[in-house]
Amino acid sequence: MLSFVLRRLLIAIPTIILISVFVFTLQKLLPGDPVLAMAGEERDPQVLEYLRNKYRLNDPIFIQYINWIGNAFVGDLGISLRTNQPVLELIMEKLPVTIQLAVIAILIALVIGIPTGILSAVKKGSAVDYCANAIALSGLSIPNFWLGIMLILLVSVRWQLLPASGYVPFFEDPLKSVSVMIMPAFVLGTALAATLMRHTRSAMLDVLKSDYVRTARAKGLKEQTVVLKHAFRNAATPIVTLTALLFGELIAGAVLTEQIFTIPGFGKLIVDAVFNRDYAVVQGVVLVTAVGFILMNLLADVAYVLLNPRLRSSS
Amino acid sequence: MKFARNVLLFSTITMTAMSASAQDLRIGLQSDADVLDPDQSRSFVGRIVYASLCDKLVDITPDLKIIPQLATSWSWTDDGKKLTLKLREGVVFHDGTPFNAEAVARNITRSQTMPESRRKSEVSSVESTTVLGEYEIAINLKQPDSTLLAQLADRSGMMVSPDAAEAAGADFGLKPVCSGAFEFVERVAQDRIVLKKFDDYWNKDAINFDTVTYLPIPDNTVRLANLLSGDIHILDRLAATDLQQAKASSAVNVTSAVSLGYQGLTMNIDNGEQANTPWGKDKRVRQALSYSIDREILNNVVFNGAFAAGNQAFPPNSPWYDKSHPIPERDLAKAKALLAEAGYPNGLDIEISVPNTNVPTQVTQVVQAMAAEAGINIKLVTKEFATLLADDSAGNYQASQIGWSGRVDPDGNIHQFVTTGGGINDSNYSNAKVDELLNAARQFSDPEKRQLSYAAANKILQDELPIIYLYHPTWIFGVTPELSGFTTYPDGMIRLENVKFEK
Repeated sequence: MLSFVLRRLLIAIPTIILISVFVFTLQKLLPGDPVLAMAGEERDPQVLEYLRNKYRLNDPIFIQYINWIGNAFVGDLGISLRTNQPVLELIMEKLPVTIQLAVIAILIALVIGIPTGILSAVKKGSAVDYCANAIALSGLSIPNFWLGIMLILLVSVRWQLLPASGYVPFFEDPLKSVSVMIMPAFVLGTALAATLMRHTRSAMLDVLKSDYVRTARAKGLKEQTVVLKHAFRNAATPIVTLTALLFGELIAGAVLTEQIFTIPGFGKLIVDAVFNRDYAVVQGVVLVTAVGFILMNLLADVAYVLLNPRLRSSS
Repeated sequence: MKFARNVLLFSTITMTAMSASAQDLRIGLQSDADVLDPDQSRSFVGRIVYASLCDKLVDITPDLKIIPQLATSWSWTDDGKKLTLKLREGVVFHDGTPFNAEAVARNITRSQTMPESRRKSEVSSVESTTVLGEYEIAINLKQPDSTLLAQLADRSGMMVSPDAAEAAGADFGLKPVCSGAFEFVERVAQDRIVLKKFDDYWNKDAINFDTVTYLPIPDNTVRLANLLSGDIHILDRLAATDLQQAKASSAVNVTSAVSLGYQGLTMNIDNGEQANTPWGKDKRVRQALSYSIDREILNNVVFNGAFAAGNQAFPPNSPWYDKSHPIPERDLAKAKALLAEAGYPNGLDIEISVPNTNVPTQVTQVVQAMAAEAGINIKLVTKEFATLLADDSAGNYQASQIGWSGRVDPDGNIHQFVTTGGGINDSNYSNAKVDELLNAARQFSDPEKRQLSYAAANKILQDELPIIYLYHPTWIFGVTPELSGFTTYPDGMIRLENVKFEK
């Protein structure tokens, strides 16, 4: 097991290097001059030149990359061109926010997605199945931003039940923190719930057709035990992988959701950074996200092995 | 109806409860501020925060008169080369350092010499300072500069604690120390900036809040929703398209002032290859484009009539507006005749660069539709804003829909755009007479003489049209009815003196 994890970690290294090169060069291809974007309405040529030198934007791109990755290796991701804050500090400030959002969203997705998936597989072809499918389909097709705005107008403006937007740190005021987070997490979670529901349904349908399920039923087990204990456990493997992969989708979804609900998280950090040509921040955020994504996949693989004993010998 | 009344009642109760307890004022900003150092700052929204954080030497009234703030009085020598300021006594910075002439001198030096300073051009006319006493200082100029006082009414005049600034260097913005009504508490980027009342503020009786929290909420709909639900008390820049909804709501008071800025079409006259078109070379086609536009209709269609139509660098309500050149009526026949005279009786194509956001796109589309009737085919080239700026600066455009946030002194709205070699003269327009007039306007201390210079320059600019001015934005604020005493200023700042929650 340990050697399996180590091997996977080694494979991850060239991937991360490749990503870092990619992020760095792609960003340099962006049109627009970061110094001009920084200068805003004031454009003193002397200041522009000073800033170019300060942030070493006049160096050849290769040297710039080596400098950046070298510093990144020891945990220094540079400072934000816009606010002068260290990038690492910004990331550490935003990461918990997005993780909190992601965790609540995943919980909502799991709570909605898995039971409805199981239910519609068990009641295949019934009204329940069609209903669940219709809901899933709308969950997939309703755009995040529309659902977000509608919820704000209804829940916050009309009913005045929840705050319209913003963020409160969890440890400052847990209740308020969750109450602010619940709408964005719901918006983010519903799309994921739909995907989860569809996959749970098809995985369950496959498993329910298998011989051992028929055997279990023939033994006279209660249908509930057959479905939840025997069938679902096997169907769960692909669902775990999917949930890990959804992490990527979650970050992508968070970009939009955080923008709408003004949540100072990762997604908002990167969008604002791109528009302000805040190179150091964009690079830092993408690098950290990529590493996070690779780790999530690794975690999924490990969970996979734990769930499915047959994979253990081959690992 | 009953439901609506309940909601109203509920919101009133919650707001009253809020106001009775913490006296925390929450302000929703359109975007996040950049670095919080007046010398390094470059964003408009940052200035809104400074209005409570950092006092200036002088301030302005809603009708642009200069009034005392940290300087109580001032006088010019007759040659206009020396400005003597008398300073307010008993003022301290947030770190306890006393404010005096020495501090002013060090602040001006900082604006001039700090490598990261964006204020250099604003105080470039200053040669030296002379401390005349604990509370009196003379600013000696290289040449007469009538714009200086107005600069001191903005970021160049914001006084930071000199010791704290020296110790922090370029990182001063992470924890700014000024002398304003509120002191810095914390900042979470993209989330909030929190200030608390400064107990030793010289004018503390006019301050009625314990804390102020600035929340950047970029989405217009969401920002308004926050105001409607009572989560914020003041909303910065209500979208003109939301005006009807806000006015209809009893939970919002709307207040506005025409801004100092402008929006228009900057024409590429002589900046690189792309200037080699009839648009760069023949003023008659530019005049034709200007005549094809109905600026009032533009204002009505895109902004519900809430903004101000315009044709000069200053809005029509400004004391600097040249009344002998009012906003031209749309005149299609004249536009067509001008095109024919220039040799294009069958019309002409033009590419206009546009930032890829809603408002500029809508504005240019309306212009496109109007110009088409005169035979001018406009092709919109949408660009992301940072790209547009870089392209304009490099000359990669024929015409560009861009504007300026505006300055208190008229010079800031015109000089650097149309004088030869001006810092933001992206059209590379050059006219010796205009240079002469605008340089002279900088030096006259007599407003009437300045006015005449601007009018004479405007006459030439109206004929040659390096910039076709279209409209002047209006600062529209949404304010909860619980607040009283809030006044809008043409500089769009939120000043909190004598603003309070009604009990």
